[in-house]
Amino acid sequence: MQSSVQLTASGKLKHFLTVSGLSKELLTEILDTADSLIEVGERNIKKVPLLRGKTVVNLFFEASTRTRSTFELAAKRLSADVLNININTSATSKGESLSDMLKNLEAMASDMFVVRHAQSGASHFIAESVTPGVAIVNAGDGWHAHPTQAMLDMLTIRQNKGQFEGLKVAIIGDILHSRVARSQIRALNTLGVNEVRVIAPNTLLPKHVESLGVSVFNDINAGLGDIDVIIMLRLQRERMQGALLPSEGEYYQLFGLTRERLKLAKPDAIVMHPGPINRGVEIESEVADGDQSVILDQVTNGIAVRMAVMSMAMSGQTEEQNILNEKRANESECIS
Amino acid sequence: MHDQQSVEALLSSMAQKLGHYLKDKHIDNYEFVGIRSGGVWVASAIQGYLNNTQALGELDISFYRDDFTRIGLNPKVSPSSLPFETTDKHIVLFDDVLMSGRTVRAAMNELFDYGRPASITLAVLVDIGRPELPIQPQIVGANLSLNDEQRIKLVGPDNLHLKIQQAQ
Amino acid sequence: MHILKIEILNGKRLASPTDNAQDMSTHWIDFERIEIQDGMIKSINQDNPAFKADISIDGTGCYVLPGLVDLNVSLREPGYTAKGSIYSETKAAAAGGVTTLCCTPETKPINDSKAVSKLIEELAQEAANCEVLPLGALTQGLEGEQLSEYAALKNAHCIALSNGYHPLKNLAISKRCFEYAKTHNLSVFINAIEASLHQGVMHEDEISTTIGLQGIPDLAETVAVSQLIKLAEATGVHLHLSQLSTADAVAQVKAAKERGLRITADVAIQNLLYTDEKVANFSSVFHCMPPLRSEADRLALLEGVKTRVISAITSAHQPHEAAAKQMPFAETEAGMSSIEFLLPMAMKLEREQDLLLTDFISAMTQGAAEVLNIAIPQIAVGQKANLCIFNPSTSYVLERENIQSTGKNTPLIGQTLTGCVKTTIFEGRVSYSS
Repeated sequence: MQSSVQLTASGKLKHFLTVSGLSKELLTEILDTADSLIEVGERNIKKVPLLRGKTVVNLFFEASTRTRSTFELAAKRLSADVLNININTSATSKGESLSDMLKNLEAMASDMFVVRHAQSGASHFIAESVTPGVAIVNAGDGWHAHPTQAMLDMLTIRQNKGQFEGLKVAIIGDILHSRVARSQIRALNTLGVNEVRVIAPNTLLPKHVESLGVSVFNDINAGLGDIDVIIMLRLQRERMQGALLPSEGEYYQLFGLTRERLKLAKPDAIVMHPGPINRGVEIESEVADGDQSVILDQVTNGIAVRMAVMSMAMSGQTEEQNILNEKRANESECIS
Repeated sequence: MHDQQSVEALLSSMAQKLGHYLKDKHIDNYEFVGIRSGGVWVASAIQGYLNNTQALGELDISFYRDDFTRIGLNPKVSPSSLPFETTDKHIVLFDDVLMSGRTVRAAMNELFDYGRPASITLAVLVDIGRPELPIQPQIVGANLSLNDEQRIKLVGPDNLHLKIQQAQ
Repeated sequence: MHILKIEILNGKRLASPTDNAQDMSTHWIDFERIEIQDGMIKSINQDNPAFKADISIDGTGCYVLPGLVDLNVSLREPGYTAKGSIYSETKAAAAGGVTTLCCTPETKPINDSKAVSKLIEELAQEAANCEVLPLGALTQGLEGEQLSEYAALKNAHCIALSNGYHPLKNLAISKRCFEYAKTHNLSVFINAIEASLHQGVMHEDEISTTIGLQGIPDLAETVAVSQLIKLAEATGVHLHLSQLSTADAVAQVKAAKERGLRITADVAIQNLLYTDEKVANFSSVFHCMPPLRSEADRLALLEGVKTRVISAITSAHQPHEAAAKQMPFAETEAGMSSIEFLLPMAMKLEREQDLLLTDFISAMTQGAAEVLNIAIPQIAVGQKANLCIFNPSTSYVLERENIQSTGKNTPLIGQTLTGCVKTTIFEGRVSYSS
């Protein structure tokens, strides 16, 4: 369903919108390609010419310095030209429709849009409206998906644990509003981990959350037993307003990852966080900075994963356009 | 004709020629780099003949190919590994078959992104003599001509031998 | 003055209560000739050599049924000209075989006054495509706070009152509205919405969880239905629940009817055809309110129609301009352009869901008329000539250009439809001919 928008006829990536619908082989290919690109950051000239001459537009409808900078860095390391566009959401609602804005940007001969938007399905909508040949990479849409984050998390897990089989992973926090969690759960299940657990109060769990392929825990102490990977999600201030939680204090008391609680997991368990961290709300400072934390690895991996995904999507688009052009050339031959 | 014995003979003669060449040019500070995969096998074999125990560099040129826009990204790419500094070094670059010269061009671009070498010497096992770019090897195992439809390939890593195939 | 004469030849017509019991049970009766004159059905199967028809319609292979009665249609005028007009949407209604419809008060300005009702009536009469019975606004501006002038609205020929797809502010206000409506002997058409639970853009279940769109739980409807039924019982008003979407609501209506309360309900045709599966891909053409819910809900709604717990089916026709649907899902406007496709969809429901065509027709003629307390449309001598001539076997691919409505927001474009309206006759004149 969704994957048919993302893949070429031969099953190659041409947009990267969601982990959903992608095979284990394709996800592994993304991880392997990212692995090869890590060492680019360790060279003198931190560039490869894969996207040379291509224009990548960062179209961010939601402010985000971190994600946008990593995408920008990734595009530049691929030798692309980068254009950053930050759109104040209220400006769009004042007049120009999203469709019109896209047409204007396309007129500037962009080859790829990296899109972050507050609405679920936004990058999907853009991928369906955009001219063929232009690749869309989803940098986060509403509550729906944040596939590059999930893939860099998967790469971090693979680097530290070697493989996915047999792993038990716990995701702790606001699953209901989290596009990161949804993408991570899909990726973990596709890559074949043993078990994915979500640990949160009921107010922060979506209806029928088990249907995502997870086991549900309201008690962090029970949920952490035997765990290999702990993924912390960020708690947003707004959750206190919607009567979803009484206070940060009570949340930390029940669901905060402290040194004591960390001991309930396996002794070689790793601690991950997509950032930015709320110290003292989701996680104790010492844990965030401690030996088991791989949070900084996640940041480095982010650039390589984004480079991988951007080159694969551009490559898929190019292949598709070439096939179309050949077809047209053949057809006009037949007519004449 | 291109069985294991004859390939070994070619490699041995290349090692000799290379040894003389480096001496003549007074190059004593050099690194060996092979282009994956055939070039790595050639480099490794010649290293053996020269009793050279230095670390061997391996280049994967997938990210530098000039046909990326036509055929896309190779899904089986793996990272290049150059376990030494290339800046100001004399590099001996090895490949198995020299045809158009584009692979060597890509390899040189990649080497320069690691750091500016002092010189690059090209050693190839087989030169088909069909250059599309002005690239010339300094050390050659054998010169061969083929028909337009024929391709030649080094099979390895064990029992190295050359195979001629019809292009699809 | 010339009096228009139409004859329809050689088809099958829907049996009416004036026919004998045998014919009623087979539903469709062969006829040789139906004569229409001066807006009425003059005769059926009479040998009348003096009758020289102006228009002769060949009914071979067709069904002649009473024109359909649609309880919920957005005509978009006054105020939303990009989406449609009274002329274009009543024309679309005629193309769908509809000869009487109720238009929602959700116009701009809202139809909470005599002036707007009269304007709608005038434009509808000018278009002369079908009968338009306006639903007057239950509250001023549909804000759910103040009563509008029910007497004036009734005077201006509003057939009932509706709060559109807007929630009522609180129970005390709802109770007052019902009491005042009862005073004027007006029915209230209410979409059951508990506003505080109705934050979302689709049904809340596994699919909303997976794709990360905010869902509207069943509770938002079921809790409101339960409160509305209690209020209706206390005030004695005829409560008509518009466009049910949940299984539980159907069960509540059934129980209320069994207790003898005058509660009726209708369902939008899309909730009989589709479920929330359709939005799993963020497809905005399926963004509807009330939302498409689960398979269990859909089956319960179908069952409700079959057992007549649900009295009527409506198109819930909401035409939109293209831009309204060209945005990320949650920003798009809800609603489908559906009125032209009622009968082909009825054929689909008969084929795939065991809902007899005659039951569908009954829900959109007798059932709807009973809700409105108007004469039940029939094909019999002396009855108004509001008819639809329908060919149940023609297949065609729906092209965008062939859609009468201004709104092309239907998932059926490019699909093969079976069943085609050949001609619609309204008050003895041809209102649509394919």
